[in-house]
Amino acid sequence: MAKQPGKEHPEEELRKEDAQPDKSARSIGLGRREFVKMAGTAGMAVSAVGVLAGEGILKAEPVAPSQDVTDAATTKLVGPGPVRMTLNINGKPTTVTLEPRVTLLDTLRDHLDLTGAKKVCDRATCGACTVIINGAAMYSCTVLAIDVAERPGSPAARIETIESLAPEGQLHPVSQGFVDNDGQQCGFCTPGFVMSAKAYIDKHPHPTYDEVRASLGGNLCRCGTYMGVRHAVVEAAGKMAAGKGGRA
Amino acid sequence: MADFKWPAIDKRSLIGKRISRLDGPWKASGSAKYTYDINRPNMLYGRMVTSPHAHAKITNIDTSVAEKMPGVHAVDIIHPVGQEVLWAGKEIVAVAAETDDQARDAMRKVKIDYEVLPYLVAYDTPQKAEGYTRQLNEATQGDPDAGFKSANAVVDGFYGLPVITHCCLEAHGSVAEWDGDKLTVWASTQSVSGLAGGQGGYAESLTAKGIPTTAPNVRVITPVMGGGFGSKFAADTWGISAAVLAKKAGRPVKMMLDRDQELSVAGSRPSLYAKVKIGAKSDGTITAWQSESWGTSGPAPGGAANLPYIFQTGLPFKRRHTTVQTNIGPARAWRAPGHPQFCLVTMSAFEDMAAKLNMDPVQFLLKNMQYAGERNKGFGTKDYEQELAKASELMDWKMKWHPRGDRTPGPIKRGLGVSVHTWGGRANDSTCNCTIHSDGSVEVSMGTQDLGVGARTVVGIVAGETLGLPLEAVKVNIGDSIYPPAGGSGGSTTSGGISSATRRATNAALNKLLDQVAPSLGVPADQLEAVGGKIQVIGNPGKSLTWKQACAKLGPATISEMGQTDRSLTSVNVGGVQMAEVSVDTETGVVRMEKMVAVQDCGLILDLKTAESQVYGGMIMGITYALFEEKVMDQQTGQHLNADMEFYKLAGIGDIGELVVHMMQGPGYDDRGVIGLGEPPTISPGAAISNAVANAIGVRVPTLPLTADKVLAALGKGGMA
Repeated sequence: MAKQPGKEHPEEELRKEDAQPDKSARSIGLGRREFVKMAGTAGMAVSAVGVLAGEGILKAEPVAPSQDVTDAATTKLVGPGPVRMTLNINGKPTTVTLEPRVTLLDTLRDHLDLTGAKKVCDRATCGACTVIINGAAMYSCTVLAIDVAERPGSPAARIETIESLAPEGQLHPVSQGFVDNDGQQCGFCTPGFVMSAKAYIDKHPHPTYDEVRASLGGNLCRCGTYMGVRHAVVEAAGKMAAGKGGRA
Repeated sequence: MADFKWPAIDKRSLIGKRISRLDGPWKASGSAKYTYDINRPNMLYGRMVTSPHAHAKITNIDTSVAEKMPGVHAVDIIHPVGQEVLWAGKEIVAVAAETDDQARDAMRKVKIDYEVLPYLVAYDTPQKAEGYTRQLNEATQGDPDAGFKSANAVVDGFYGLPVITHCCLEAHGSVAEWDGDKLTVWASTQSVSGLAGGQGGYAESLTAKGIPTTAPNVRVITPVMGGGFGSKFAADTWGISAAVLAKKAGRPVKMMLDRDQELSVAGSRPSLYAKVKIGAKSDGTITAWQSESWGTSGPAPGGAANLPYIFQTGLPFKRRHTTVQTNIGPARAWRAPGHPQFCLVTMSAFEDMAAKLNMDPVQFLLKNMQYAGERNKGFGTKDYEQELAKASELMDWKMKWHPRGDRTPGPIKRGLGVSVHTWGGRANDSTCNCTIHSDGSVEVSMGTQDLGVGARTVVGIVAGETLGLPLEAVKVNIGDSIYPPAGGSGGSTTSGGISSATRRATNAALNKLLDQVAPSLGVPADQLEAVGGKIQVIGNPGKSLTWKQACAKLGPATISEMGQTDRSLTSVNVGGVQMAEVSVDTETGVVRMEKMVAVQDCGLILDLKTAESQVYGGMIMGITYALFEEKVMDQQTGQHLNADMEFYKLAGIGDIGELVVHMMQGPGYDDRGVIGLGEPPTISPGAAISNAVANAIGVRVPTLPLTADKVLAALGKGGMA
């Protein structure tokens, strides 16, 4: 059912209650800040402003300076306020300070200017947001950034976005396949297809047309480019295998 | 003087070849920046509060809490107190905040009170929609009663297809940024040049909202866009509101629709249902047509049904159409407006008559070609005859076709269906500038847009062809309203408009260049030609200058020439034939595409690769509405139930079967000039697939989409089950 923002739903009220851990904290006589400080580690009151690493800084971090920031790498219980988290994006540790409700897709697009992954269905159906996480194609609209960040006892997941596939001005063989076989029209679904195909070819270097059909079932296109996509992926796999000394 | 007419087939270096789209590498590498990808410094995010009611009057709006929410910088009342909303999802208030999540938080704190009013969002027949209907069209041609009397067979049928949506993958929306009284808009639009001025454009709408704005002060930028299909011509309430929010906040604002809004309010295709009676002689000649049709376009009346489709010249008919004005998001042009609906109703009725006469439907269509009129005798070719023959060959129709009902044992039944279609596609009005610089660089600029059809590429192809240069030697500037104005991209009007304007501009620029270099080659300019990167004497290629040497003669000057749409280089009216082969599991009701063939003409083909892609795309979009798409409305709540991509189904890569495309080319087609191709291949699939299912299972599934439940219900009434 369509969202009805004008209406207050009882379940929304419930969710709001859930989203306020300070209530449970208060029940043991602590305000939210005190609770978080107690639960966290020392040195938590870092500046929340402008902790973006790398290029593509868009703006000051959207966090009120008065709010305390928890650190995802060292603190088990974080949020709902801003959390400093370190992600492993395209081989580089990248630190962002965001609320734990922010998806990986929004983190990439809105906070790191990595806009290759697209927001379309925002509900894990269409695949336009596909990135590769620890080698597997994943819908980044349905992964929270905090869940792939460095956490106590576990390193940050390896996130590959389409921006990492080839140096600027060059094309990865899968992207080249989409160009050569016109496996794209408006192109809005294309980066997702490229990433799904790349993840599949990495594990299955010699896909058949039938396997391509099965493996890319989680990506949708509206313009109707599937014929070109099939040829693109089979051709790219052939070139990649040949490049590795495999079957041409 | 080099001639501006299209070059002869043997003289073409780029036109008609298989050329990869120019923006392909940007798109396939993820570096293309769509509107949704624009991140401006200090940009805010906009979100809209929408009506939960299908019909209501707004009695109060309280934004005081929302305004104080963290990160909120501006609030815009789009639809004020006292006004009515006519569909659920109508935009009422917009907020802009530092982050998307903060905007959503604030949105939930806007309090709007409504006086709920009666509504209609779903109905079975117009008789059950009393008070919401309007009779639009009643027409009679010839003497249909006499026609039915002279018929040897009469068939009554019911056919239809529901409202579907555009479901553009890039949602509608924009980024708005002010610099004083100058507004820059990155917009996902089909009309870069048309968005600033005109009715409902930025200038008029913003001025009405108390922000005086003139069209020259609005710049629209759309280098690439993620699909429109007819739904993205206007600035739209959300576009205007983003500009208002940006003005109020003094910061850029990005406002893109949420997916549920995109599906519910940003465009839909009207439904059409029809009770049809058709009479024919035993040899297949149709003697009369009668139809009683209805459909909805949302709150507006919409258009009448032009039935029967194509086969109307001299055929006695009687028809009546009723529109049902419902409280659903309004219709917008959807790829080939009207045609897929008229085609489904007509071709289904024809196929049912052919089945009754135990006749091959291809023969049935051929038998009735006189009713196709101009379509089948103009242009010096017998288009449909030729195309039906070619499609039959590619489908192996004669071997595979069987009379209605697959009589082979087992639950899986196979069948074939056929349909024909047409589309006009008159070239839009476009203006092109060609600038040749003294260093040899060439720029071609036009305020057109590339929806993903390859517009940028055909501009480059025509420019390169005209100047005798390779594609990469031409810089194509489109997608920005600072360039000379071009028409909106709708109705397959773009290719004709932009290719002819480019041809005229580049031809004019070339002739200026030839004038300049003629003295140094010692011949009059009219004895020069531009070929293979050289300016050479016609018939004496040894006497030449390289392009760079020629341009160097310009000294400090540049050549800058304009060209406009030239309809002598274009034409209208194309035809096409499609055939579908399906298999149907009569135990589960599931329909699977096996194969589909499209034979299509579109005059002079500029880029064979992207032209074929258009046809593949049209077929796949057609398979999608034939098998999956329906905007499901709930009369109880007034809501659109499947406003998401889980339940608003699109075909996936495994759902399409094998597709074969054949473009009609050569004499009789080629010499007509350029005609657009976006609409035609989307028209026939619904009819061809529905006919194939009827042929497979022996009974008509009356309405699209051909879902398992409907197939089983039809089988319950007869057929091969």
